[in-house]
Amino acid sequence: MGRTIVGMTAAALIPPLLEARALCFLRQDEAVFGPVDFALHAGEIALVEGDNGSGKTTLMRVLTGMLRPGDGEVLLDGQPFSLDTVAGAVVFLGHQLGLKLDLSPRENLRFAAGLYGLRAGADADAALREVGLAGYEEEPARRLSAGQKKRVALARLLLLPARVWLLDEPYANLDREGIALVNRLLEQHAARHGAALVTSHGAVTFAGGAPRLIRLHA
Amino acid sequence: MTPGTTTAACAALLRRDLLLAWRRRGDIAMPVLYAVIVTTLFPFALGPEPALLARIAGGVVFVTVVLAILLSLDNLFRGDIEDGSMELLMLAPQPLALLVGTKILAHWITSSVPLIVVAPVLASMLKLPVPAVPVLVVVLLLSTPLLCLLGAVLVALTAGSRRSGMLLALMLLPLCVPVVIFAAGAVAAAQEGLPWIAPVAWLGAGLVLTLVLAPLASAAALRIAMDT
Repeated sequence: MGRTIVGMTAAALIPPLLEARALCFLRQDEAVFGPVDFALHAGEIALVEGDNGSGKTTLMRVLTGMLRPGDGEVLLDGQPFSLDTVAGAVVFLGHQLGLKLDLSPRENLRFAAGLYGLRAGADADAALREVGLAGYEEEPARRLSAGQKKRVALARLLLLPARVWLLDEPYANLDREGIALVNRLLEQHAARHGAALVTSHGAVTFAGGAPRLIRLHA
Repeated sequence: MTPGTTTAACAALLRRDLLLAWRRRGDIAMPVLYAVIVTTLFPFALGPEPALLARIAGGVVFVTVVLAILLSLDNLFRGDIEDGSMELLMLAPQPLALLVGTKILAHWITSSVPLIVVAPVLASMLKLPVPAVPVLVVVLLLSTPLLCLLGAVLVALTAGSRRSGMLLALMLLPLCVPVVIFAAGAVAAAQEGLPWIAPVAWLGAGLVLTLVLAPLASAAALRIAMDT
């Protein structure tokens, strides 16, 4: 009996990194998704599954705090979450990559690092090497292919200290090798006690077994 | 400078915006070119009578500068919203108002400073008396950031809509009027040898007020614009 109570308090002491409680989003009084419940702990990767139009991207944007949820709440590290309290803990990679096409990959990464700070031991050129863009550091992003631009955005994930990654369709535009790269980055991130939420159409495979599934219904 | 601190973030954003403006130098030249063309056309339309030109010089130069700034305002947040950089700014650990303020500063440097540099030349072309030229520069130094700040709030408010140019001009008009009155009033007073400190002080007070409030209002408006 006593042991159960000890166990319960220990579990309650470590809140999930990202938690959604009865989260739903309304557009003109019509539910886009939800209610969704999930808890994402450090070291966990979850895949959001759903058909086109089921609200995967909307869920991501609600989780970043940019969209206000219709009902329910989002907790980050056990704290209610809003854009004012986010403090760089979350990084979002959406369909728009947030790259300036007139700047080189290195300049783009330096800017992001200036805003968010650097992950311990990370630097821009090493991150670009890691995603297979060595030699393209100085090239204007305008001249890169869609897949290469995506890789620059992936290098940004490596560089920033954010613990929660929200990746909306990270596999889009990537070749087979790029898909393997995303999976490798996600595994590394999990190993560093980060958490990630990924939306995807394709199947995702990890060395550490199948990821958790969060289903959305249209 | 440690990356991720507030100073470093503002410096990085300022550096990026100035670098982007430099990579597209043609766009910076546009407002200046516009101001030069408009002020050059006035003597042709009104006749080269020095007394008449001197009387309208201050007002013409100022209105031209206002319109040139208005032309450039539309792009203040558009690029960042379209390519997803705005999301990056919103999720950054720094207060959005501070980052928006930095963006407005960068915009002022790239759009207004070149105009302030050419304004004395344009004014002398229109025979503005030499003693009034420094007053014109002071007035521009105070009123151009004021207009950029006011404009930024409106640009942020209309950021959600696709064709916002017309709406922006319509909304900015009533806010421009007091600025134009005080600015042109100061130059006219200086031209006639009257004290011009009072209107300049009003402009300064307006600048201080918008400097504090406009970034906060712009940030709030941008959040609403992105919440769709």
